Amino acid sequence: MTHHIEPIDSPCVLRVQGYAKQFVLHEQSKIIPSSQHVELSVYQGQLTALIGPTGSGKSSVLKGIYRTYLPSDGRVLYRSKNGYEIDLAKADEHHILQLRNDEISFVTQFLHVLPRKPSEFLVAQPLIKRGTSMSEAIDKARDMLARLNLPEHLWCLSPTNFSGGEKQRVNLARSLVAKPRLLLLDEPTSSLDPTTTNVVVKELKKLKDYGVAMLAIFHDPALVEEMAEHIVELQIPQSIEQLQEKTQA
Amino acid sequence: MDKVLEVKNLSKVYGKGCADCFGLTGPQADTNICPSCGSVVAAHDVSFDLYKGEILGIMGESGSGKSTSVKCLFFDEEPTSGSAVFYDDGKQYNLFTLNAAQQRQLSSRRFGMVYQNPYLGLNFDISAGGNIAERLLMSSISHFGAIRERASSLLQRAEVPTARIDALPKTFSGGMQQRVQIAKALSTYPPLLFLDEVTTGLDLSVQAAILDLIMEIQQEIETAMIVVTHDLGVIRLLAGRTLVMKYGRVIESGLTDQVLEDPQHAYTQRLVASAL
Ligand SMILES: Nc1ncnc2c1ncn2[C@@H]1O[C@H](COP(=O)(O)OP(=O)(O)OP(=O)(O)O)[C@@H](O)[C@H]1O
Ligand SMILES: Nc1ncnc2c1ncn2[C@@H]1O[C@H](COP(=O)(O)OP(=O)(O)O)[C@@H](O)[C@H]1O
Ligand SMILES: [Mg+2]
Ligand SMILES: [Mg+2]
Ligand SMILES: [Zn+2]
Repeated sequence: MTHHIEPIDSPCVLRVQGYAKQFVLHEQSKIIPSSQHVELSVYQGQLTALIGPTGSGKSSVLKGIYRTYLPSDGRVLYRSKNGYEIDLAKADEHHILQLRNDEISFVTQFLHVLPRKPSEFLVAQPLIKRGTSMSEAIDKARDMLARLNLPEHLWCLSPTNFSGGEKQRVNLARSLVAKPRLLLLDEPTSSLDPTTTNVVVKELKKLKDYGVAMLAIFHDPALVEEMAEHIVELQIPQSIEQLQEKTQA
Repeated sequence: MDKVLEVKNLSKVYGKGCADCFGLTGPQADTNICPSCGSVVAAHDVSFDLYKGEILGIMGESGSGKSTSVKCLFFDEEPTSGSAVFYDDGKQYNLFTLNAAQQRQLSSRRFGMVYQNPYLGLNFDISAGGNIAERLLMSSISHFGAIRERASSLLQRAEVPTARIDALPKTFSGGMQQRVQIAKALSTYPPLLFLDEVTTGLDLSVQAAILDLIMEIQQEIETAMIVVTHDLGVIRLLAGRTLVMKYGRVIESGLTDQVLEDPQHAYTQRLVASAL
Protein backbone atom coordinates (compact mmCIF):
# COMPACT_ATOMS: atom_id res chain seq x y z
CA MET A 1 0.00 0.00 0.00
CA THR A 2 1.49 3.36 -1.01
CA HIS A 3 0.09 6.76 -0.17
CA HIS A 4 1.38 9.75 -2.09
CA ILE A 5 0.95 12.79 0.08
CA GLU A 6 2.38 15.15 -2.48
CA PRO A 7 2.37 14.87 -6.24
CA ILE A 8 5.48 13.23 -7.63
CA ASP A 9 7.39 15.86 -9.47
CA SER A 10 10.87 14.84 -8.61
CA PRO A 11 13.18 12.38 -10.40
CA CYS A 12 12.96 8.84 -9.10
CA VAL A 13 16.26 7.64 -7.60
CA LEU A 14 15.22 4.16 -6.45
CA ARG A 15 12.46 1.79 -7.54
CA VAL A 16 11.97 -1.45 -5.65
CA GLN A 17 9.75 -3.94 -7.47
CA GLY A 18 8.48 -7.25 -6.13
CA TYR A 19 11.21 -7.39 -3.51
CA ALA A 20 11.22 -10.40 -1.19
CA LYS A 21 13.75 -11.75 1.26
CA GLN A 22 13.80 -15.07 3.01
CA PHE A 23 16.52 -16.68 5.07
CA VAL A 24 17.36 -20.31 4.40
CA LEU A 25 18.83 -21.65 7.62
CA HIS A 26 20.46 -24.93 6.64
CA GLU A 27 21.40 -26.17 10.10
CA GLN A 28 17.85 -25.73 11.46
CA SER A 29 16.22 -26.80 8.14
CA LYS A 30 14.13 -23.65 8.30
CA ILE A 31 13.05 -20.96 5.91
CA ILE A 32 12.30 -17.61 7.53
CA PRO A 33 10.42 -15.17 5.32
CA SER A 34 11.41 -11.64 6.19
CA SER A 35 9.92 -9.31 3.57
CA GLN A 36 7.36 -10.02 0.85
CA HIS A 37 5.80 -8.14 -2.08
CA VAL A 38 7.62 -4.91 -1.43
CA GLU A 39 6.99 -2.12 -3.94
CA LEU A 40 8.38 1.35 -3.31
CA SER A 41 9.95 4.38 -4.90
CA VAL A 42 12.26 7.02 -3.52
CA TYR A 43 12.57 10.46 -5.09
CA GLN A 44 15.24 13.10 -5.19
CA GLY A 45 14.79 15.59 -2.35
CA GLN A 46 11.94 13.60 -0.81
CA LEU A 47 11.51 11.04 1.94
CA THR A 48 9.76 7.72 1.68
CA ALA A 49 8.84 6.23 5.05
CA LEU A 50 8.61 2.48 5.58
CA ILE A 51 6.01 1.59 8.19
CA GLY A 52 4.55 -1.67 9.48
CA PRO A 53 4.46 -3.81 12.60
CA THR A 54 7.58 -5.25 14.13
CA GLY A 55 8.75 -8.21 12.08
CA SER A 56 7.21 -6.91 8.86
CA GLY A 57 10.66 -6.77 7.31
CA LYS A 58 11.38 -3.05 7.28
CA SER A 59 15.04 -3.35 8.24
CA SER A 60 15.40 -6.29 5.87
CA VAL A 61 14.31 -4.07 2.99
CA LEU A 62 16.96 -1.46 3.78
CA LYS A 63 19.63 -4.13 4.19
CA GLY A 64 18.58 -5.71 0.89
CA ILE A 65 18.94 -2.38 -0.89
CA TYR A 66 22.39 -1.83 0.65
CA ARG A 67 23.20 -5.51 -0.20
CA THR A 68 24.04 -6.46 3.39
CA TYR A 69 21.34 -9.01 2.62
CA LEU A 70 21.11 -10.74 -0.75
CA PRO A 71 17.58 -10.13 -2.03
CA SER A 72 15.68 -13.38 -2.72
CA ASP A 73 13.38 -11.90 -5.33
CA GLY A 74 12.55 -8.69 -7.14
CA ARG A 75 14.42 -5.76 -8.55
CA VAL A 76 16.14 -2.88 -6.80
CA LEU A 77 16.56 -0.34 -9.56
CA TYR A 78 18.86 2.52 -8.69
CA ARG A 79 19.41 5.55 -10.90
CA SER A 80 22.98 6.69 -10.45
CA LYS A 81 24.51 10.15 -10.50
CA ASN A 82 25.72 9.44 -14.03
CA GLY A 83 22.20 8.64 -15.15
CA TYR A 84 22.46 4.88 -15.66
CA GLU A 85 20.01 2.51 -14.00
CA ILE A 86 21.33 -0.54 -12.21
CA ASP A 87 19.68 -3.45 -10.38
CA LEU A 88 21.37 -3.44 -6.99
CA ALA A 89 20.05 -6.94 -6.32
CA LYS A 90 22.32 -8.28 -9.06
CA ALA A 91 25.07 -5.71 -9.34
CA ASP A 92 28.71 -6.74 -9.23
CA GLU A 93 30.24 -6.47 -5.74
CA HIS A 94 32.86 -3.95 -6.79
CA HIS A 95 30.13 -1.80 -8.22
CA ILE A 96 28.21 -1.95 -4.93
CA LEU A 97 31.34 -1.00 -2.99
CA GLN A 98 31.86 1.97 -5.28
CA LEU A 99 28.24 3.11 -4.88
CA ARG A 100 28.51 2.76 -1.09
CA ASN A 101 31.58 4.93 -1.23
CA ASP A 102 30.20 7.60 -3.56
CA GLU A 103 26.41 7.64 -3.53
CA ILE A 104 24.53 5.42 -1.08
CA SER A 105 24.78 5.78 2.67
CA PHE A 106 23.11 3.75 5.43
CA VAL A 107 22.47 4.81 9.01
CA THR A 108 22.10 1.38 10.58
CA GLN A 109 20.43 0.64 13.90
CA PHE A 110 23.76 -0.26 15.40
CA LEU A 111 27.06 1.45 14.88
CA HIS A 112 29.67 -0.72 13.14
CA VAL A 113 32.91 1.22 13.08
CA LEU A 114 36.61 0.74 13.49
CA PRO A 115 37.46 0.44 17.17
CA ARG A 116 39.86 2.85 18.88
CA LYS A 117 39.28 5.63 16.35
CA PRO A 118 38.18 9.07 17.54
CA SER A 119 34.56 9.90 16.75
CA GLU A 120 35.55 12.95 14.69
CA PHE A 121 37.78 10.76 12.52
CA LEU A 122 35.00 8.19 12.00
CA VAL A 123 32.64 10.95 10.92
CA ALA A 124 35.27 12.41 8.60
CA GLN A 125 36.15 9.02 7.12
CA PRO A 126 33.52 8.89 4.32
CA LEU A 127 34.79 12.27 3.09
CA ILE A 128 38.44 11.22 3.33
CA LYS A 129 37.67 8.10 1.31
CA ARG A 130 36.27 10.31 -1.41
CA GLY A 131 39.40 12.39 -1.53
CA THR A 132 38.64 15.34 0.77
CA SER A 133 41.76 16.45 2.63
CA MET A 134 42.09 15.28 6.22
CA SER A 135 41.90 18.76 7.74
CA GLU A 136 38.85 19.83 5.72
CA ALA A 137 37.09 16.53 6.46
CA ILE A 138 37.78 16.84 10.20
CA ASP A 139 36.47 20.42 10.18
CA LYS A 140 33.23 19.32 8.55
CA ALA A 141 32.95 16.39 10.96
CA ARG A 142 33.36 18.64 14.00
CA ASP A 143 30.85 21.07 12.62
CA MET A 144 28.27 18.30 12.22
CA LEU A 145 28.98 16.80 15.65
CA ALA A 146 28.50 20.25 17.15
CA ARG A 147 25.22 20.71 15.33
CA LEU A 148 24.01 17.34 16.62
CA ASN A 149 24.91 18.46 20.16
CA LEU A 150 27.53 15.82 20.82
CA PRO A 151 29.60 17.25 23.72
CA GLU A 152 32.95 18.46 22.46
CA HIS A 153 34.99 16.44 24.95
CA LEU A 154 33.70 13.25 23.29
CA TRP A 155 34.91 14.11 19.77
CA CYS A 156 38.38 12.73 20.30
CA LEU A 157 37.14 9.51 21.92
CA SER A 158 36.11 6.27 20.27
CA PRO A 159 32.32 5.80 20.38
CA THR A 160 32.72 2.17 21.51
CA ASN A 161 31.75 3.05 25.09
CA PHE A 162 29.29 5.84 24.30
CA SER A 163 25.63 5.79 25.37
CA GLY A 164 23.03 4.69 22.83
CA GLY A 165 22.10 8.27 21.97
CA GLU A 166 25.73 9.40 21.63
CA LYS A 167 26.50 6.48 19.33
CA GLN A 168 23.44 7.26 17.28
CA ARG A 169 24.61 10.83 16.76
CA VAL A 170 28.04 9.68 15.58
CA ASN A 171 26.33 7.26 13.25
CA LEU A 172 24.04 9.96 11.86
CA ALA A 173 26.83 12.51 11.54
CA ARG A 174 28.80 10.08 9.34
CA SER A 175 25.99 9.90 6.83
CA LEU A 176 24.96 13.54 7.07
CA VAL A 177 28.41 14.94 6.25
CA ALA A 178 28.68 12.55 3.32
CA LYS A 179 25.63 14.13 1.61
CA PRO A 180 24.87 10.92 -0.29
CA ARG A 181 22.55 10.70 -3.27
CA LEU A 182 20.46 8.06 -1.50
CA LEU A 183 20.25 7.86 2.28
CA LEU A 184 18.83 4.83 4.10
CA LEU A 185 17.85 5.41 7.73
CA ASP A 186 16.85 2.70 10.21
CA GLU A 187 15.21 4.30 13.29
CA PRO A 188 17.78 7.11 13.38
CA THR A 189 16.26 8.89 16.38
CA SER A 190 15.18 5.93 18.51
CA SER A 191 17.62 6.71 21.34
CA LEU A 192 17.52 10.50 21.19
CA ASP A 193 15.80 12.98 23.50
CA PRO A 194 13.17 15.32 21.99
CA THR A 195 15.56 18.26 21.68
CA THR A 196 18.18 16.26 19.81
CA THR A 197 15.48 14.61 17.71
CA ASN A 198 14.39 18.07 16.60
CA VAL A 199 17.94 18.92 15.61
CA VAL A 200 18.16 15.72 13.57
CA VAL A 201 14.85 16.48 11.88
CA LYS A 202 16.18 19.91 10.94
CA GLU A 203 19.37 18.42 9.50
CA LEU A 204 17.45 15.79 7.54
CA LYS A 205 15.21 18.50 6.10
CA LYS A 206 18.29 20.44 5.02
CA LEU A 207 19.58 17.34 3.26
CA LYS A 208 16.23 16.94 1.56
CA ASP A 209 16.44 20.51 0.30
CA TYR A 210 19.90 19.71 -0.95
CA GLY A 211 18.32 16.94 -3.04
CA VAL A 212 19.13 13.77 -1.08
CA ALA A 213 16.62 10.96 -1.64
CA MET A 214 15.72 9.22 1.63
CA LEU A 215 14.16 5.94 2.62
CA ALA A 216 13.55 5.84 6.35
CA ILE A 217 12.11 3.80 9.17
CA PHE A 218 10.93 5.94 12.11
CA HIS A 219 9.69 4.46 15.37
CA ASP A 220 7.59 7.57 15.99
CA PRO A 221 4.49 8.08 13.78
CA ALA A 222 4.70 11.84 14.36
CA LEU A 223 8.05 11.86 12.57
CA VAL A 224 6.59 10.01 9.62
CA GLU A 225 3.86 12.63 9.51
CA GLU A 226 6.38 15.45 9.62
CA MET A 227 9.06 14.09 7.29
CA ALA A 228 7.52 11.81 4.69
CA GLU A 229 6.26 12.69 1.23
CA HIS A 230 5.50 9.00 0.63
CA ILE A 231 4.52 6.20 2.97
CA VAL A 232 4.88 2.50 2.26
CA GLU A 233 3.29 0.03 4.66
CA LEU A 234 4.63 -3.51 4.98
CA GLN A 235 2.70 -6.54 6.23
CA ILE A 236 4.09 -9.35 8.35
CA PRO A 237 5.18 -11.92 5.78
CA GLN A 238 3.33 -15.19 5.44
CA SER A 239 5.14 -18.27 6.63
CA ILE A 240 6.13 -20.97 4.19
CA GLU A 241 3.33 -23.18 5.59
CA GLN A 242 0.73 -20.46 5.03
CA LEU A 243 1.97 -19.95 1.50
CA GLN A 244 1.81 -23.70 0.82
CA GLU A 245 -1.77 -23.94 2.18
CA LYS A 246 -2.75 -21.11 -0.12
CA THR A 247 -1.38 -22.78 -3.21
CA GLN A 248 -3.07 -26.07 -2.29
CA ALA A 249 -6.47 -24.44 -1.72
CA MET B 1 38.84 1.10 -11.23
CA ASP B 2 42.12 -0.64 -11.87
CA LYS B 3 42.44 -4.35 -11.58
CA VAL B 4 45.59 -5.49 -9.80
CA LEU B 5 45.22 -9.26 -9.80
CA GLU B 6 43.09 -11.85 -11.54
CA VAL B 7 43.31 -15.43 -10.30
CA LYS B 8 41.64 -18.21 -12.26
CA ASN B 9 41.14 -21.84 -11.24
CA LEU B 10 44.19 -21.99 -9.03
CA SER B 11 44.89 -25.51 -7.74
CA LYS B 12 47.62 -27.00 -5.60
CA VAL B 13 47.99 -30.72 -4.94
CA TYR B 14 50.64 -31.96 -2.53
CA GLY B 15 51.56 -35.46 -3.65
CA LYS B 16 51.71 -37.28 -6.97
CA GLY B 17 48.00 -36.75 -7.73
CA CYS B 18 45.63 -38.93 -9.75
CA ALA B 19 42.53 -38.62 -11.90
CA ASP B 20 40.27 -38.91 -8.82
CA CYS B 21 41.93 -36.18 -6.73
CA PHE B 22 39.47 -33.38 -7.48
CA GLY B 23 36.34 -35.54 -7.74
CA LEU B 24 36.86 -37.26 -4.39
CA THR B 25 37.87 -34.27 -2.28
CA GLY B 26 36.22 -31.01 -1.23
CA PRO B 27 33.35 -29.94 1.05
CA GLN B 28 30.96 -32.64 -0.19
CA ALA B 29 33.54 -35.35 0.31
CA ASP B 30 34.36 -33.83 3.70
CA THR B 31 38.10 -34.19 3.17
CA ASN B 32 41.02 -32.70 1.29
CA ILE B 33 42.88 -36.02 1.11
CA CYS B 34 42.32 -38.04 -2.03
CA PRO B 35 41.16 -41.56 -1.00
CA SER B 36 42.62 -43.07 -4.19
CA CYS B 37 46.18 -41.76 -4.03
CA GLY B 38 46.53 -40.06 -0.65
CA SER B 39 47.54 -36.69 -2.08
CA VAL B 40 46.42 -33.52 -0.30
CA VAL B 41 44.28 -31.24 -2.45
CA ALA B 42 45.23 -28.07 -0.57
CA ALA B 43 43.50 -25.70 -2.98
CA HIS B 44 41.32 -26.27 -6.01
CA ASP B 45 39.59 -23.98 -8.47
CA VAL B 46 40.27 -20.82 -6.52
CA SER B 47 39.26 -17.79 -8.59
CA PHE B 48 38.95 -14.12 -7.68
CA ASP B 49 40.00 -10.68 -8.70
CA LEU B 50 41.40 -7.78 -6.75
CA TYR B 51 41.35 -4.05 -7.47
CA LYS B 52 43.67 -1.22 -6.53
CA GLY B 53 43.46 -0.36 -2.84
CA GLU B 54 41.01 -3.17 -2.14
CA ILE B 55 41.29 -5.51 0.84
CA LEU B 56 40.09 -9.04 0.18
CA GLY B 57 39.58 -11.35 3.15
CA ILE B 58 40.06 -15.12 3.02
CA MET B 59 38.53 -16.98 5.94
CA GLY B 60 38.04 -20.63 6.76
CA GLU B 61 39.18 -23.09 9.35
CA SER B 62 42.71 -24.31 9.73
CA GLY B 63 43.83 -26.46 6.79
CA SER B 64 41.24 -25.10 4.35
CA GLY B 65 43.91 -23.89 1.93
CA LYS B 66 44.15 -20.19 2.71
CA SER B 67 47.92 -20.06 3.14
CA THR B 68 48.52 -22.39 0.23
CA SER B 69 46.61 -20.10 -2.12
CA VAL B 70 48.55 -17.05 -1.00
CA LYS B 71 51.90 -18.87 -1.10
CA CYS B 72 51.31 -19.84 -4.72
CA LEU B 73 50.73 -16.20 -5.60
CA PHE B 74 53.89 -15.10 -3.79
CA PHE B 75 55.88 -17.90 -5.52
CA ASP B 76 56.56 -19.72 -2.24
CA GLU B 77 54.83 -22.75 -3.74
CA GLU B 78 54.36 -23.86 -7.32
CA PRO B 79 50.69 -24.27 -8.25
CA THR B 80 49.50 -27.51 -9.88
CA SER B 81 47.29 -25.63 -12.32
CA GLY B 82 45.52 -22.35 -12.87
CA SER B 83 46.57 -18.85 -13.82
CA ALA B 84 47.14 -15.51 -12.17
CA VAL B 85 47.63 -12.21 -13.96
CA PHE B 86 49.21 -9.26 -12.16
CA TYR B 87 48.55 -5.82 -13.65
CA ASP B 88 51.21 -3.25 -12.90
CA ASP B 89 51.96 0.11 -14.48
CA GLY B 90 50.20 -0.72 -17.72
CA LYS B 91 51.95 -4.09 -17.96
CA GLN B 92 50.54 -7.58 -17.43
CA TYR B 93 52.42 -10.46 -15.88
CA ASN B 94 51.23 -14.02 -16.20
CA LEU B 95 52.62 -15.04 -12.83
CA PHE B 96 52.95 -18.79 -13.28
CA THR B 97 54.71 -18.63 -16.64
CA LEU B 98 57.47 -16.26 -15.50
CA ASN B 99 60.98 -17.62 -15.00
CA ALA B 100 62.54 -17.72 -11.53
CA ALA B 101 64.44 -14.45 -11.98
CA GLN B 102 61.33 -12.60 -13.13
CA GLN B 103 59.39 -14.04 -10.20
CA ARG B 104 62.06 -12.95 -7.74
CA GLN B 105 61.98 -9.49 -9.26
CA LEU B 106 58.24 -9.18 -8.69
CA SER B 107 58.20 -10.67 -5.21
CA SER B 108 61.05 -8.48 -4.03
CA ARG B 109 59.80 -5.24 -5.55
CA ARG B 110 56.12 -5.29 -6.35
CA PHE B 111 54.72 -7.75 -3.81
CA GLY B 112 54.98 -7.84 -0.05
CA MET B 113 54.33 -10.77 2.24
CA VAL B 114 53.78 -10.82 5.99
CA TYR B 115 53.78 -14.30 7.49
CA GLN B 116 52.17 -15.48 10.71
CA ASN B 117 55.58 -16.72 11.75
CA PRO B 118 58.12 -13.85 11.74
CA TYR B 119 60.92 -16.39 11.20
CA LEU B 120 59.64 -16.86 7.64
CA GLY B 121 59.57 -13.16 6.84
CA LEU B 122 62.65 -11.86 8.65
CA ASN B 123 66.30 -12.69 8.58
CA PHE B 124 67.06 -13.26 12.26
CA ASP B 125 70.81 -12.97 11.77
CA ILE B 126 70.71 -9.29 10.86
CA SER B 127 69.25 -6.20 12.51
CA ALA B 128 65.75 -4.79 12.01
CA GLY B 129 67.16 -2.01 9.85
CA GLY B 130 69.33 -4.55 8.00
CA ASN B 131 66.23 -6.56 7.13
CA ILE B 132 64.73 -3.57 5.43
CA ALA B 133 67.99 -2.60 3.76
CA GLU B 134 68.32 -6.14 2.41
CA ARG B 135 64.96 -5.88 0.70
CA LEU B 136 65.68 -2.39 -0.60
CA LEU B 137 69.02 -3.54 -2.04
CA MET B 138 67.16 -6.11 -4.13
CA SER B 139 64.97 -3.33 -5.50
CA SER B 140 66.13 -0.21 -7.26
CA ILE B 141 67.42 1.84 -4.35
CA SER B 142 71.13 1.35 -3.80
CA HIS B 143 72.39 4.49 -2.13
CA PHE B 144 73.33 3.57 1.44
CA GLY B 145 72.19 6.83 3.02
CA ALA B 146 68.85 6.70 1.25
CA ILE B 147 68.33 3.11 2.35
CA ARG B 148 69.13 3.85 5.96
CA GLU B 149 66.79 6.83 5.91
CA ARG B 150 63.92 4.84 4.38
CA ALA B 151 64.44 2.01 6.89
CA SER B 152 64.39 4.38 9.81
CA SER B 153 61.27 6.23 8.65
CA LEU B 154 59.44 2.94 7.99
CA LEU B 155 60.28 1.56 11.42
CA GLN B 156 59.14 4.79 12.95
CA ARG B 157 55.93 4.53 10.96
CA ALA B 158 55.44 1.02 12.35
CA GLU B 159 56.14 2.35 15.84
CA VAL B 160 59.36 0.42 16.30
CA PRO B 161 61.60 2.76 18.35
CA THR B 162 64.31 4.20 16.09
CA ALA B 163 66.84 3.42 18.79
CA ARG B 164 66.24 -0.28 18.09
CA ILE B 165 67.06 -0.05 14.38
CA ASP B 166 70.36 -1.88 14.86
CA ALA B 167 69.00 -4.52 17.25
CA LEU B 168 68.43 -8.13 16.20
CA PRO B 169 64.80 -9.22 15.68
CA LYS B 170 65.18 -11.98 18.27
CA THR B 171 65.43 -9.30 20.95
CA PHE B 172 61.96 -7.99 19.98
CA SER B 173 58.51 -8.96 21.25
CA GLY B 174 56.20 -10.89 18.93
CA GLY B 175 54.15 -7.80 18.14
CA MET B 176 57.28 -5.79 17.36
CA GLN B 177 58.65 -8.56 15.10
CA GLN B 178 55.36 -8.43 13.20
CA ARG B 179 55.68 -4.69 12.81
CA VAL B 180 59.25 -5.01 11.51
CA GLN B 181 57.94 -7.60 9.06
CA ILE B 182 55.26 -5.19 7.91
CA ALA B 183 57.77 -2.36 7.58
CA LYS B 184 60.03 -4.64 5.53
CA ALA B 185 57.21 -5.80 3.28
CA LEU B 186 56.15 -2.20 2.70
CA SER B 187 59.61 -0.79 2.13
CA THR B 188 59.21 -0.90 -1.65
CA TYR B 189 55.65 0.54 -1.51
CA PRO B 190 54.31 -2.58 -3.22
CA PRO B 191 50.96 -2.39 -4.99
CA LEU B 192 50.11 -5.87 -3.68
CA LEU B 193 50.50 -7.14 -0.14
CA PHE B 194 49.74 -10.59 1.31
CA LEU B 195 49.02 -10.86 5.04
CA ASP B 196 48.75 -14.38 6.42
CA GLU B 197 47.32 -14.52 9.96
CA VAL B 198 49.46 -11.57 10.97
CA THR B 199 47.64 -10.96 14.25
CA THR B 200 47.00 -14.56 15.27
CA GLY B 201 48.47 -15.36 18.66
CA LEU B 202 49.16 -11.75 19.67
CA ASP B 203 47.60 -9.85 22.59
CA LEU B 204 44.48 -7.89 21.77
CA SER B 205 46.17 -4.51 22.26
CA VAL B 206 49.08 -5.52 20.04
CA GLN B 207 46.64 -6.86 17.45
CA ALA B 208 44.88 -3.51 17.54
CA ALA B 209 48.06 -1.55 16.87
CA ILE B 210 48.93 -3.81 13.94
CA LEU B 211 45.46 -3.56 12.42
CA ASP B 212 45.64 0.23 12.75
CA LEU B 213 48.95 0.21 10.94
CA ILE B 214 47.54 -1.92 8.12
CA MET B 215 44.50 0.32 7.70
CA GLU B 216 46.54 3.50 7.65
CA ILE B 217 48.84 2.11 4.99
CA GLN B 218 45.93 0.98 2.91
CA GLN B 219 44.51 4.48 2.96
CA GLU B 220 47.84 6.15 2.34
CA ILE B 221 49.43 4.18 -0.45
CA GLU B 222 46.38 2.31 -1.77
CA THR B 223 48.04 -1.06 -1.59
CA ALA B 224 45.74 -3.92 -2.55
CA MET B 225 45.80 -6.59 0.12
CA ILE B 226 44.82 -10.20 0.63
CA VAL B 227 44.20 -10.77 4.32
CA VAL B 228 44.11 -14.39 5.45
CA THR B 229 42.60 -14.99 8.87
CA HIS B 230 40.18 -17.16 10.74
CA ASP B 231 39.28 -14.20 12.95
CA LEU B 232 35.91 -12.86 11.79
CA GLY B 233 36.48 -9.63 13.73
CA VAL B 234 39.59 -8.89 11.70
CA ILE B 235 37.73 -9.71 8.49
CA ARG B 236 34.85 -7.38 9.37
CA LEU B 237 37.26 -4.58 10.19
CA LEU B 238 39.52 -4.82 7.20
CA ALA B 239 37.96 -6.52 4.20
CA GLY B 240 35.41 -5.15 1.74
CA ARG B 241 34.92 -8.56 0.16
CA THR B 242 35.55 -12.00 1.58
CA LEU B 243 36.10 -15.56 0.35
CA VAL B 244 35.21 -18.51 2.56
CA MET B 245 37.28 -21.66 2.05
CA LYS B 246 36.70 -25.23 3.10
CA TYR B 247 38.73 -28.31 2.13
CA GLY B 248 40.59 -26.35 -0.52
CA ARG B 249 37.53 -24.86 -2.24
CA VAL B 250 35.98 -21.42 -2.16
CA ILE B 251 32.48 -22.26 -0.95
CA GLU B 252 31.17 -18.75 -0.68
CA SER B 253 32.21 -15.22 -1.54
CA GLY B 254 30.61 -11.83 -1.24
CA LEU B 255 30.63 -8.41 0.37
CA THR B 256 32.00 -8.91 3.87
CA ASP B 257 28.93 -7.58 5.70
CA GLN B 258 26.75 -9.83 3.56
CA VAL B 259 28.86 -12.93 4.17
CA LEU B 260 28.71 -12.26 7.92
CA GLU B 261 25.05 -11.18 8.23
CA ASP B 262 23.42 -13.22 5.47
CA PRO B 263 25.70 -16.21 4.89
CA GLN B 264 24.36 -18.51 2.18
CA HIS B 265 26.26 -21.72 2.71
CA ALA B 266 25.52 -24.07 5.64
CA TYR B 267 29.19 -24.10 6.59
CA THR B 268 29.47 -20.30 6.67
CA GLN B 269 26.26 -20.09 8.71
CA ARG B 270 27.77 -22.42 11.27
CA LEU B 271 31.10 -20.56 11.27
CA VAL B 272 29.43 -17.17 11.80
CA ALA B 273 27.00 -18.49 14.43
CA SER B 274 29.79 -20.04 16.46
CA ALA B 275 31.78 -16.80 16.41
CA LEU B 276 28.97 -14.71 17.93
N1 LIG C 1 20.02 -12.04 9.37
C1 LIG C 1 18.85 -12.65 9.60
N2 LIG C 1 18.79 -14.00 9.70
C2 LIG C 1 17.63 -14.64 9.93
N3 LIG C 1 16.44 -14.01 10.06
C3 LIG C 1 16.41 -12.67 9.98
C4 LIG C 1 17.62 -11.91 9.76
N4 LIG C 1 17.29 -10.59 9.72
C5 LIG C 1 15.96 -10.52 9.91
N5 LIG C 1 15.42 -11.77 10.06
C6 LIG C 1 14.01 -12.07 10.27
O1 LIG C 1 13.23 -11.39 9.29
C7 LIG C 1 12.04 -10.87 9.84
C8 LIG C 1 11.93 -9.36 9.59
O2 LIG C 1 12.92 -8.71 10.38
P1 LIG C 1 13.23 -7.16 10.27
O3 LIG C 1 14.34 -6.87 11.21
O4 LIG C 1 13.42 -6.77 8.86
O5 LIG C 1 11.86 -6.52 10.83
P2 LIG C 1 11.48 -5.02 11.13
O6 LIG C 1 10.23 -4.74 10.38
O7 LIG C 1 12.61 -4.11 10.88
O8 LIG C 1 11.14 -5.11 12.69
P3 LIG C 1 11.36 -4.02 13.88
O9 LIG C 1 10.23 -3.05 13.73
O10 LIG C 1 11.23 -4.86 15.11
O11 LIG C 1 12.71 -3.42 13.70
C9 LIG C 1 12.04 -11.28 11.31
O12 LIG C 1 11.30 -12.49 11.46
C10 LIG C 1 13.50 -11.50 11.60
O13 LIG C 1 13.70 -12.39 12.67
N1 LIG D 1 54.20 -28.57 2.15
C1 LIG D 1 53.08 -29.30 2.31
N2 LIG D 1 53.09 -30.64 2.09
C2 LIG D 1 51.97 -31.35 2.24
N3 LIG D 1 50.78 -30.87 2.62
C3 LIG D 1 50.72 -29.56 2.87
C4 LIG D 1 51.85 -28.70 2.73
N4 LIG D 1 51.48 -27.45 3.04
C5 LIG D 1 50.16 -27.51 3.36
N5 LIG D 1 49.70 -28.78 3.25
C6 LIG D 1 48.34 -29.22 3.48
O1 LIG D 1 47.47 -28.49 2.64
C7 LIG D 1 46.26 -28.17 3.30
C8 LIG D 1 46.04 -26.67 3.33
O2 LIG D 1 47.01 -26.09 4.17
P1 LIG D 1 47.13 -24.53 4.37
O3 LIG D 1 47.07 -23.86 3.06
O4 LIG D 1 48.34 -24.28 5.22
O5 LIG D 1 45.81 -24.23 5.20
P2 LIG D 1 45.35 -22.91 6.01
O6 LIG D 1 46.32 -21.83 5.73
O7 LIG D 1 44.00 -22.65 5.46
O8 LIG D 1 45.32 -23.32 7.43
C9 LIG D 1 46.37 -28.80 4.69
O9 LIG D 1 45.72 -30.07 4.65
C10 LIG D 1 47.86 -28.92 4.89
O10 LIG D 1 48.17 -29.96 5.80
MG1 LIG E 1 14.00 -3.12 12.27
MG1 LIG F 1 47.62 -20.92 7.22
ZN1 LIG G 1 44.29 -38.68 -6.05
